[in-house]
Amino acid sequence: MSVEAHEVVVMPQPERSESIPQAARRTLSSPWASAVVVGITILWTVPTLGLLITSLRPAADAQNSGWWTFFANPAVTLSNYAEVITGGATIPGGITPYFWNSFAIALPAAIFPLVIACMAAYALAWVPFKWSTGVFFGIFALQVVPLQMALLPLLQMFNKGWSIGPIPIFPDLNKPGSEQSLLAGTYLPLWIAHTMFALPLAIFLIHNFIAQLPRELMEAARVDGASHFLIFRKIVLPLAIPAIASFAIFQFLWVWNDLLVALTFAGGTPDVAPITAYLANIKGTYGAQLHLITAGAFVAIIVPLIVFFSLQRFFVKGLLAGSVKG
Amino acid sequence: MTALKRRRGAALIASGAAAMMLLAACGGDSSSETTAEETAAETAAETAAETAAEGDGAVAAGCEAYAAYAGSEGTSVSIFTSILPPEQQKFEEAWAEFESCTGIDIVYEGSDQFEAQLPTRIAGGNAPDIAFIPQPGLLAKLVEGGGPVPAPESVVANVDSYWNPAWKSYGTVGDTFYAAPLGSNMKSFVWYSPKKFAEWGFEVPTTWEDMFAISDAMVDAGVKPWCGGIESGGATGWAATDWLEQIMLRMYGGETYDKWVSNELKFNSPEVTAAMDTLASWMKNPDYVNGGFGNVQTIATTAFQDAGGPILAGECGMLQQASFYGNFWVNFNPDATVAPDGDAYAFYLPAMNDDVAQPVVGGGEFVAAFANRPEVAAVQTFLASPEFATAKVKLGTWVSANSGVPLDAYVPGSIDQLSAQYLTDLSGTFRFDASDLMPAAVGAGAEWTEMTAWFAEDKSTKDVLDAIQAAWPAS
Amino acid sequence: MNEVLSGAAKLSSSFLAIIVFFALILVVFFIGSRFRGRLQSPAALVIFLGPAVILLLIGLVVPAIRTTAGSFQNAAGTEFIGAANYLWIFENKVPVLVNTLLWLVIAPLASTALGLTLALLLDRMRRESVAKSLIFMPMAISFVGAGIIWGLIYEYRDPSKAQVGLLSQLAMWVGIDDPPNWILWSPFNNYLLMAIMIWIQVGFAMVVLSAAIKAIPGDVVEAAELDGATGWKLFSRVTIPMIRATLIVVLVTIMIAVLKIFDIVRVMTNGNFGTQVVANEMYAQAFVQFDVGRGSALAVVLFVAVVPLIIYNVVQLRKERSIR
Repeated sequence: MSVEAHEVVVMPQPERSESIPQAARRTLSSPWASAVVVGITILWTVPTLGLLITSLRPAADAQNSGWWTFFANPAVTLSNYAEVITGGATIPGGITPYFWNSFAIALPAAIFPLVIACMAAYALAWVPFKWSTGVFFGIFALQVVPLQMALLPLLQMFNKGWSIGPIPIFPDLNKPGSEQSLLAGTYLPLWIAHTMFALPLAIFLIHNFIAQLPRELMEAARVDGASHFLIFRKIVLPLAIPAIASFAIFQFLWVWNDLLVALTFAGGTPDVAPITAYLANIKGTYGAQLHLITAGAFVAIIVPLIVFFSLQRFFVKGLLAGSVKG
Repeated sequence: MTALKRRRGAALIASGAAAMMLLAACGGDSSSETTAEETAAETAAETAAETAAEGDGAVAAGCEAYAAYAGSEGTSVSIFTSILPPEQQKFEEAWAEFESCTGIDIVYEGSDQFEAQLPTRIAGGNAPDIAFIPQPGLLAKLVEGGGPVPAPESVVANVDSYWNPAWKSYGTVGDTFYAAPLGSNMKSFVWYSPKKFAEWGFEVPTTWEDMFAISDAMVDAGVKPWCGGIESGGATGWAATDWLEQIMLRMYGGETYDKWVSNELKFNSPEVTAAMDTLASWMKNPDYVNGGFGNVQTIATTAFQDAGGPILAGECGMLQQASFYGNFWVNFNPDATVAPDGDAYAFYLPAMNDDVAQPVVGGGEFVAAFANRPEVAAVQTFLASPEFATAKVKLGTWVSANSGVPLDAYVPGSIDQLSAQYLTDLSGTFRFDASDLMPAAVGAGAEWTEMTAWFAEDKSTKDVLDAIQAAWPAS
Repeated sequence: MNEVLSGAAKLSSSFLAIIVFFALILVVFFIGSRFRGRLQSPAALVIFLGPAVILLLIGLVVPAIRTTAGSFQNAAGTEFIGAANYLWIFENKVPVLVNTLLWLVIAPLASTALGLTLALLLDRMRRESVAKSLIFMPMAISFVGAGIIWGLIYEYRDPSKAQVGLLSQLAMWVGIDDPPNWILWSPFNNYLLMAIMIWIQVGFAMVVLSAAIKAIPGDVVEAAELDGATGWKLFSRVTIPMIRATLIVVLVTIMIAVLKIFDIVRVMTNGNFGTQVVANEMYAQAFVQFDVGRGSALAVVLFVAVVPLIIYNVVQLRKERSIR
């Protein structure tokens, strides 16, 4: 699934000192460099631009001519979006319920793994114990498990319960007298599954950040008699905010873009299914309706784009802030 | 597998055919048969009535017809299927009255990931109450794993009363009947443009030779006679398997076809090789294809949904595709008419020789249940009833094999009716889509990918067939 | 109106879940902070590390063990069949393995190299953030969306007709009158699919490497400049060694992502036309053809392939850790 690609997270690295000085910058810059950057930027943007333009064109135009001809013959319509959002003659039932589902899924699924990962990262970095290093590398290595292989065992656990011998690890949550799990039709299995799959990378990256916080700070607090819980809340969390924020953005984007986990644990009904499930279905149904598919696709990526662009400043700052060693 | 299966599902046919066969059977000589069927029908009513007795028995005005299903107010039944909107809305409309009268809430979920999701959910203990399964092969696979529950008596009674035994057999695994047929579709059609044919001066062909004479005439006139597309996301290649099935049935008849399905006739046998050669001279013939799209290879990258587009523009003469394709023409032109004198219509793909009388390849989906609660049985029974089938047929682009559906429920001159016309012909040779009957490793695996390579990479016929045969599961 | 209401209900259910979650954490912290003395550290460990370890055991470790066991069983998982599934892979799927290897080498190297180039060039440019945002944007797009976007680029139409695919049109503008059907154009179609992965990953590489470059201490650079290092020399002798660790992390992270990639291939070609990769074959075997044994064996091949990368990374990290 899309997981891995998106899971990859940019982690702030506490900065050690000033950047390359201005003098060096000037020597190395050239019109040639600018041209390359501008060229690549354009190249990277064009595909998405094509999507946007196609989604705004009337059906016949979109079907029969390339989107770049739009510039010679600019005909714009919003009816594709109207049809996708509220439903219409071709697509009964619009995208709106799925849109809300995506939010309801992604917010907790971004926050839960973050908090749990922060706690684990703190323990691995600052609570000394015998197998600390081993556990850390073990967690790191878990990145290799293809999540597709984890789907079925997890689904069984959610629906039938799970126990090792007589010891129940996860309760059987079936409603009495029914084959339906109490969890069916809720977001809960999804939140839990996303949390599990996000943890290895989250712990690894947040650990890298937290571990670089100044030792003196921690030791001073310990000497003052502060408990680990107090240190975690009052010192570590505030300082780790940039790292946490940038991971949160990525985890949100990843969950928003997920299809496989959602279909497996929540199903495809408008009650719970995310926007990607809707998009996959209209793609499957209306192969010939390019104008509608592109409009649907754009609605689906608009939120990630807004999240990304609006938090981007904060995010890049987060990346470069955290100069805690001062 | 997705889109495709949905299309197959969406397209329904025929049943009128089955209806006729059944009527013929009943009207024949065997009064005992008739009695048996009546008895079965009565049993159905009784079973349903018993179910009803559990409830309070009060029936709201206008709901008399649903009295038999009463007693499950406030319950809900989930249905999982590959059939997506806009067909979903027609299903929901057809059972809306049932829902309001019985108080059973039917929760519909369509997914283009149906075939991958269903086994996962069953194994994960999250099975839907009911699934519409388009492949008997998949049904058999699920039964192996212990998922589906045998059909309740009331469903058996309905199927015995209203369906041709052949259809019942597709829903039967071993000796146990699990799944009642729902819709059916007719795959032996060739789509063309009546307007363009008139313009060009062609008549609809009635023999295989005629069809290729017309093809050659089109080549001479500078028109590519055939177009095709087999791209279908995760199910790319299925349309090509349908072409091979048409030829297998036409060349060798039903018995050999059945042996091919069971692998008694190997995939790399001379018979199948000859069928592939015939297919090569048709859909891999550079003079014939791919009208409106380019060379032969473009068949592999053209979406099956898009394949008929060039027909409206006169860039392509004909497209071999199932009855459901009738829904697609408006995608190319919102004003396109599907009628015998319209922009698009279909003719029967002719037989190849006199030994095989009117060969017809069809498909359909089957209603399997994974729970035996009374409300699930009520929904199953209702879906197998002529009342439901008639209501659904009236909403269009759907054919039921339920003999209780009056033939005048179909729109006159519609493709549905044309489908029925061929399928009701008792002298015809009807067979179910072979790849849907084969094990998934072949019917949803090697056959798709190898046929795709055959078109896309010009992989040799021998290598293709050897590879498909090699994929056949041992046992 | 109804939709607005149900949207609000959905959101409030997720806010409620978040509140309950934090309340639980606070309660547990409160209990944990009651422990004093010798018990303090063990209690903290259990509370901090426990949830993650339990979730990981259930969600990843157990499935990994089950998958490994399943890879030695038949399709239905009912019978032990030894290494037959692995033999099947090495007899029938060598082209798939080769393809995956190509992906593994080319996509991460190209993404990282391009990301590094951009990071270096951008480091001395105005409007840095605009370019960065735009290049980073593909990471925000789902694979379903990316499939649709790239479909608009690789789409083939007969050369005599109006083109819908951008690549064909560009080819025709530069005088290639009969462009190939890109997706079928073996073996180059593999590189066209990799281009999508690179398109998505370059932003990631760029942002991380850019941060690393900015973190190089100014005095180091100045010292090098005093020694007469400029341009390429400065880059190869100073910049690269200084960001080496970050480079490796980026490379390995993208490699792991590439190994497990299946969406791009699934969406664009479904593995046809000689573009199959292990992850997609695994999905097809396990979920389309219901051969759990072969699917599991392919999964094991995947994780065995990733293990050296992980070990290398761990060794690197160990070094860093010991420095700290």
